[in-house]
Amino acid sequence: MTSVALRSRAWKLLEMVTTPLLPSDYLDLVSPLRAGADLRGRIEAVHPETGDAATVVIRPGRGWRGHTAGQYVRIGVDVDGVRLWRAYSLTSPTNRQDGRVTITVKAIPDGKVSNHLVRRAKPGTLIQLDQPTGDFVLPQAKPAKVLYLTAGSGITPVMGMLRDTEFDDAVMVHCAPRPQDVIFRNELHDLVADKKLRLTEVHTDTDGMLDIARLDELVPDWAERETWACGPAGLLDAAEKHWAEHGVPERLHTERFRPGIVVTGDGGEVTFSATGKSVDADGATPLLDVGEEAGVLMPSGCRMGICFGCITPLKAGAVRDLRTGEITEAEPGVLIQTCVSAAAGPCSIER
Amino acid sequence: MTAIDPTAHLTAEQIEELGRELDAIRDEVIAGRGEKDAAYIRKVISAQRKLELVSRGVLLFSIFPPAWLIGTAGLSVAKIMDNMEIGHNILHGQWDWMRDPKIHSTTWEWDHVSPADQWKHSHNELHHTYTNVIGKDNDLGYGIMRVDEDQKWHPFHLGQPLWNFLNACFFEYGIAAYDLELGKNLNKRRRKNPEFRARAKAVGRKIRKQVLKDYVIHPLLSGPSFLPTLAATFTANLVRNIWSHSVIMCGHFPEGVQVFERRSIKGETRGQWYLRQMMGSANISGSKAMHFMTGNLSHQIEHHLFPDLPSNRYAEVAVKVRALFEKYELQYVTGSLPKQVFSAWHKVFRLSLPNKKPAVTIPGREQELVAA
Repeated sequence: MTSVALRSRAWKLLEMVTTPLLPSDYLDLVSPLRAGADLRGRIEAVHPETGDAATVVIRPGRGWRGHTAGQYVRIGVDVDGVRLWRAYSLTSPTNRQDGRVTITVKAIPDGKVSNHLVRRAKPGTLIQLDQPTGDFVLPQAKPAKVLYLTAGSGITPVMGMLRDTEFDDAVMVHCAPRPQDVIFRNELHDLVADKKLRLTEVHTDTDGMLDIARLDELVPDWAERETWACGPAGLLDAAEKHWAEHGVPERLHTERFRPGIVVTGDGGEVTFSATGKSVDADGATPLLDVGEEAGVLMPSGCRMGICFGCITPLKAGAVRDLRTGEITEAEPGVLIQTCVSAAAGPCSIER
Repeated sequence: MTAIDPTAHLTAEQIEELGRELDAIRDEVIAGRGEKDAAYIRKVISAQRKLELVSRGVLLFSIFPPAWLIGTAGLSVAKIMDNMEIGHNILHGQWDWMRDPKIHSTTWEWDHVSPADQWKHSHNELHHTYTNVIGKDNDLGYGIMRVDEDQKWHPFHLGQPLWNFLNACFFEYGIAAYDLELGKNLNKRRRKNPEFRARAKAVGRKIRKQVLKDYVIHPLLSGPSFLPTLAATFTANLVRNIWSHSVIMCGHFPEGVQVFERRSIKGETRGQWYLRQMMGSANISGSKAMHFMTGNLSHQIEHHLFPDLPSNRYAEVAVKVRALFEKYELQYVTGSLPKQVFSAWHKVFRLSLPNKKPAVTIPGREQELVAA
């Protein structure tokens, strides 16, 4: 018998010992970061970067596969007892000796997770991790000339690249409201002093928003450079248009942090993703009734919100709890009680 | 359904107002749910796992009587924690708001022979929606007992003190059979139903796993302590069963609890539903440890009003709920565990005999009456 088969037998036997729990439920008590466990990480330190940004040092579990510079990771953090998932760019170099990785988080107004990480997260806290992902990365073959065009926290994936790979000719144009808002400012200036980077800071509070046409004056050879751009949608839209107009769209690589903003309202189009049906719903009819009305087979129970027999994944959009008025937005793993939830704007549920 | 309706003094407006006041209590708890509550359930789960692990470890040496005693006591408590404060409450969806897939009503499985999904249907859906409605809520006597004067007497009921005792000893099996609606489904036509067969198979699987674990594998691991370990796990299961049965009997059976007719819930409003939960449930008074060991089902009234609120909040909710009982001049049925257990058993004995109808339920004198 192979050792793999032997191990799986042993595991089966162990499962018989621990049923209805799994052996991992007990192992998690002592070693949550071990190989074979669900991927988690432990926050080991939180270093402030600016007034509203901080770098979080994470020791990932043994199952961590490593990342490529420029990639991001989804992390699940418990904020006020509720597990919330967000994606953050990895800012550490890929060859860090101690195996730790870092993300750098900018607290956005009303951002539950970002404010928690920047201001309240404590070393020792366990967080959930996904494997790193994203194709905003450098190519295998080094380009001769590089331009990084970033704004605000859009600098974070690029910082991961800067720390990871050195280029002969790298230029960065970075926008932030004021000098003290520039994340990693000291490190960037060190790179400039070492002649590893040419940097233009655009301080939007005094200089105004970056007009993409100014690139000709800031970086005259921009069209010859392989460019990585990350920042607010306005900047990226303008850049994409600019690069396309000059016939070099393939030189531009962009990363957008927030693909869609959920529109909440009163009622909306409800899509049942598994059956492909779509119907309009008002803001007062429970989604359970909406689905049944549309001929979708819905799981149901007490029909008054107490038995949790009707819970269904919310894939997109937002719903309102008819009892409390609370809005729930779609996130991976979010389940809703369809008997007491109504559409709060267009939404999609898995049925 | 009693000749004297204890809610007769309330107007329809008052009942709806009561409903709004209860909704406000619920909203307040929901708005305040947070980190502390999450830490609480995690701590309880972790403590239960450690206790079970240590107890099973001690039982490896159960050939020595002190080890047997300590291990058996620990395992009994661990099994009670698993079923009551953890399993029952997680399966109610009380902790779903944490969005932790490991502590969630859709993923949790408990050390009980009734599979979680079957129990959720019969308990969360049927019992909690139709609480104490004769013919709709099978928890009323679990289909084997007569627990209200208005239920029809049958000679079978003569034996109900015995059925109840056996049910207490093998409670988890009783519940599994009850979730399967064995009485109804074992007739020739129904037992071939594929849906029933699938559910019966699932129960069989759980029974096999539990029996294998408790009565074969752990005793075998104990080597020379095989028999003492076997006796220990049997005892722990027995203790857990009798304890759960006692607590659960106290929830709806003691004197003073009302039952309802099917037609009384037609077109029931939110306020009326709340009122039915208030009149159909009974509490157990006692210490914090006592509430914990009952899975906070000692706060049965509060649990029935708000089955999805985290159990650690029932104690604070109870103060407000009790004030509403006083305000609306309703009877808050509560008493110590021995008192309530006695009351429930007394009823089981009394109703094993036929009674003259129409019955008049007089609130028992042993009950602690609050502004009745």
